[in-house]
Amino acid sequence: MRYLTDRKRVDGLGSAKTGTAHFWAMKTSSVALLLLIPLFVFMFGAMLGKPHDQVVAFFSRPLPAIVVALTLIVGFEHFKSGVHVLIEDYVHGMAQKIWIIAMTCLSYAAMAVGLFAIAKIAL
Amino acid sequence: MAETKKPARPLSPHLTIYRPQLTSISSILTRITGNALLVGALLVVWWFVAAATSPEYFAFADAVITSWLGDLIMFGSLWAVWYHTLAGVRHLIWDNAIGLGCGLWLVWPDCGQRAHHLGFVKGN
Repeated sequence: MRYLTDRKRVDGLGSAKTGTAHFWAMKTSSVALLLLIPLFVFMFGAMLGKPHDQVVAFFSRPLPAIVVALTLIVGFEHFKSGVHVLIEDYVHGMAQKIWIIAMTCLSYAAMAVGLFAIAKIAL
Repeated sequence: MAETKKPARPLSPHLTIYRPQLTSISSILTRITGNALLVGALLVVWWFVAAATSPEYFAFADAVITSWLGDLIMFGSLWAVWYHTLAGVRHLIWDNAIGLGCGLWLVWPDCGQRAHHLGFVKGN
């Protein structure tokens, strides 16, 4: 056993060099969503409850289709990063790892399913 | 090498010890709304999948989402998405160390006290 303090053990090892990546990802995605969310809300809101042919016709148009696709990509990426922090704060140990993996998979799955749907409608 | 020892020292006071404040409630609500939006988001994805599938399936999904329970979830999600968005705007501003003083919010008792504690009173 070496008689070292915690401080001495880490001295000179440097930082992990990745501390700001998560923060920056949240910041960029939130700025993108600032534009996308209002567009998406008013497009989706206008179509909710409308007949099928009208909905398909609307989301076949370029701008609505692109807004939906971008909102799905950026929105679920933003959610994935956000829920990661939520889990880190309240769940620990093996359960933490399982929850983070599960929510990451769910985020990408929902993103992919949504993108497939809007592609099928638009093309 | 780096065996972790549990520190046998008192921990700093955490959430439970503080009186709820405007800022802490707003921060917690931002987290709750952001994560709760998953429910609405998944329903919306399902709605798009139904629209891509068939008119019959779309009619079913649309009926579920515009039922009273669907309406309730969508209404809550709409409030949550705007709350989260506007709170996010404030965080984007705060990240630049702008607006941390109270300004007009000095009328709010919490804010005046907080500003005093943090030394932000001058230069609102």
